[in-house]
Amino acid sequence: MLLSLEGATVRFGGRTVLDAVDLAVAEHEIVCVLGPSGSGKSTLLRAVAGLQPLDSGRVRLDGRDQSGVPAHRRGVGLMFQDHQLFPQRDVGGNVSFGLRMHGASRREQSDRVRELLDLVGLPGAAGRAVAALSGGEQQRVALARALAPSPRLLMLDEPLGQLDRSLRERLVVELRDLFGRLGTTVLAVTHDQGEAFALADRVVVMRDGRIAQSGSPLEVWQRPADAFVARFLGFENVVEATVGDGVAVTPWGKVPVPDDAPRGTRTLLVRPAGVRLVPADEGLPCTVAARTFRGTHVAVHLQPDDGPRLEAACALRAAPDAGDRVGVAFEAAEIAVLGGGLAP
Amino acid sequence: MTRAATARRGSAARLGLMALPVAFFAVFFAYPVTAIVARGLKTDGTWQLGRFADVLAQPDVRQVLWFTTWQALVSTALTLLVALPGAYVLARFDFPGKQVLRAVVTVPFVLPTVVVGTAFMALVGRGGLLDELWGVRLDTTVWAILLAHVFFNYAVVVRTVGGLWSQLDPRQEEAARMLGASRFTAWRTVTLPALAPAVAAAALMVFLFTFTSFGVVQILGGPTFSTLEVEIYRQTSEIFDLSTAAVLTMIQFVAVGAILALHAWTVRRRETALRLVDAAVTARRPRGAGQWALLAGVVATVAGLLLLPLAVLVQRSFAGAGLGHYRALTQEDGGVFLVPPIEAVGNSLRYALAATAIAVLIGGLASVALTRRDAGRLVRGFDALLMLPLGVSAVTVGFGFLIALDEPPLDLRASWILVPLAQALVGVPFVVRTMLPVLRAVDVRLREAAAVLGASPWRAWREVDLPLVRRALLIAAGFAFAVSLGEFGATVFIARPDNPTLPVAVARLLGRPGDLNYGQAMALSTILMIVCAVALLVLERLRTDRTGEF
Repeated sequence: MLLSLEGATVRFGGRTVLDAVDLAVAEHEIVCVLGPSGSGKSTLLRAVAGLQPLDSGRVRLDGRDQSGVPAHRRGVGLMFQDHQLFPQRDVGGNVSFGLRMHGASRREQSDRVRELLDLVGLPGAAGRAVAALSGGEQQRVALARALAPSPRLLMLDEPLGQLDRSLRERLVVELRDLFGRLGTTVLAVTHDQGEAFALADRVVVMRDGRIAQSGSPLEVWQRPADAFVARFLGFENVVEATVGDGVAVTPWGKVPVPDDAPRGTRTLLVRPAGVRLVPADEGLPCTVAARTFRGTHVAVHLQPDDGPRLEAACALRAAPDAGDRVGVAFEAAEIAVLGGGLAP
Repeated sequence: MTRAATARRGSAARLGLMALPVAFFAVFFAYPVTAIVARGLKTDGTWQLGRFADVLAQPDVRQVLWFTTWQALVSTALTLLVALPGAYVLARFDFPGKQVLRAVVTVPFVLPTVVVGTAFMALVGRGGLLDELWGVRLDTTVWAILLAHVFFNYAVVVRTVGGLWSQLDPRQEEAARMLGASRFTAWRTVTLPALAPAVAAAALMVFLFTFTSFGVVQILGGPTFSTLEVEIYRQTSEIFDLSTAAVLTMIQFVAVGAILALHAWTVRRRETALRLVDAAVTARRPRGAGQWALLAGVVATVAGLLLLPLAVLVQRSFAGAGLGHYRALTQEDGGVFLVPPIEAVGNSLRYALAATAIAVLIGGLASVALTRRDAGRLVRGFDALLMLPLGVSAVTVGFGFLIALDEPPLDLRASWILVPLAQALVGVPFVVRTMLPVLRAVDVRLREAAAVLGASPWRAWREVDLPLVRRALLIAAGFAFAVSLGEFGATVFIARPDNPTLPVAVARLLGRPGDLNYGQAMALSTILMIVCAVALLVLERLRTDRTGEF
């Protein structure tokens, strides 16, 4: 493993920000840590970089314990959330900074700066002042600066956080393509699930300083580990249920579940696509509380006569209006039985 | 690396940085001051603390204490009254010549007290401009001292309050207006509370400077008016009553300590919890007759109060003799000096340069140590301690140098370095006050960014901090230079008769009768003023609004 954390723990005062985290990143792997703000994901990066000392546990790079190795000797790169470009240097001066620190010759520096600025799509920008750059351009310069010394591990803190949506969506594709070509090992953190799923080979979801789930984007999306992960991913139809043979008893009545579902008192996730609208006299009777336009579909919020609210995904034309009476039927294929305790 | 090891390494680094400043202050400040206080209050190895009661019982000492306090209070109130409109105008208005006005109001602050005293003599003294025009003389009244104090400290208020005012977000007031507050109510409930700590800090600084005023009162006070500092000088060098001087020194020390503690507290409050914006976006053109009248009033005040005394000084240096007074400066007259007075220029520059180098080194190291994020209470205490030389009797320090630094291994009496060392003591607080806010404003994550790119802590400091604080460093050096150049209280004791500095030469010339001596004093003061003003105008080109507290 290129990077491994073993029981990494950091406390700020009485608060445990990283709680015995174990994490391994293989060479050429792109791992994205996903979590709400305050879940400890930035602290994780700082601990690996050597900017935040651990209270216990260890960080290994290439198998070597990094205790006592200061940040500037770890050979990892970190792209800061708000870039932290050096204001008194121009673009070239920023990109070549790490090369100078590693004693590269002037010639090597200028060649590498040109190469990297081409790579991030800012050819010929070396002489520009960083204050004159747009947000997206600063982002690219920060990336070039972090890549320049060829770090064995590149870490990105909310890499696309401050950019507008269309730019973000374009850049995330470019980044994945770039890292693939360069074979860079990447550990990124973000609170944006879209970004994480688009960028990562593997997604790690964090909650309160612990790892809640780790897996491929598809695995995490299809089978959230517990109610917290499901709700963090934006699913609202999460309830406690008693799972029996092919059917579960829920506040919404009996709901079909996949045959291989584990039995007992469980947490049940009903994806919006699994909530099918039927005429009012069939299925679970509900009133349409609200509808939200989502571009490709309409999210319909339903208030059953009995039980918690439900969200359904509807085709644009088929969506009912607020106040309409409808019935609901459930599709077993879009229902998952989750592990872990029930979310509040 | 575990946290404990990191903390140990951090405090080791801090101790290393602090070692030199601490040693400097111990040897060249604490030791001489203690030595002279001990000389005055210790007989046969026991402290004569009863002297406090004896001295305080003397009516003329009480008179001095009373005068020192009330003139400082009145000077502070007057300065605030006159300078706050100036602070507002320079903070919120945008008008042609603003930069020049800003530079002009700062010139008096770096002028040597001796020059200020001389300039006011030329304006309101016997045979002064007002005397010639209307027969008005103020040099026998307290007004001359008060006006000179306002002149001297105008910049302190404009810099401290105006600097913050220009960065207060005007949208805060707008938000209050939108919630139904009138223009005045919005100002009173939003802006005024935000400004209050800065006003308090400025007022305390002015109070400190006027409470310990020496050169101005020495020249303008005549025999009637005497501050503590002047009285300490008189007791030490004229009456040779060291025990009274020691008691007065201790009283001043306690008072200054209290003022500085209050000041540190208000400054800390000022540093917290305010939303600041770039000063460039808050200023706009004056609108309406009222605002233009305010601007005109401020310009008139600056012209009358700050420029006129200096102009009169220059005029007097030429009066009746053309360049004669200047020419006379190059000749030995045998009486006042052993050398031609003009040599004082070279002496002053040499001393001031050496003092600047020392002050920047000591103050710079102390600032870097104080910036470290893990700085604790001990360090904050050191922060306040660094300000002490501003207020502790310079006369005491100077005389302390003479009696304390006269034995091996520290026999410096015959050494030229004695003068720069004393001057550097006064320069260090300015260096620290200028550097500290800038160093603290450097985002710690820039340093971290440099570290993950492979820069060692020292390299990161050199590559990231230094370029960002280079201007502040130059400004600090300039202030230290100007202050050293004008230092009078300590230098008057330790400058050797054959190597006088400019302020010492001016004071000696003023102390002798005759038009030629008076004219020469004016000429020499003009030279000193020009050197200081040039140093300051160079600085003003470097300065931004965010730099420093002075």
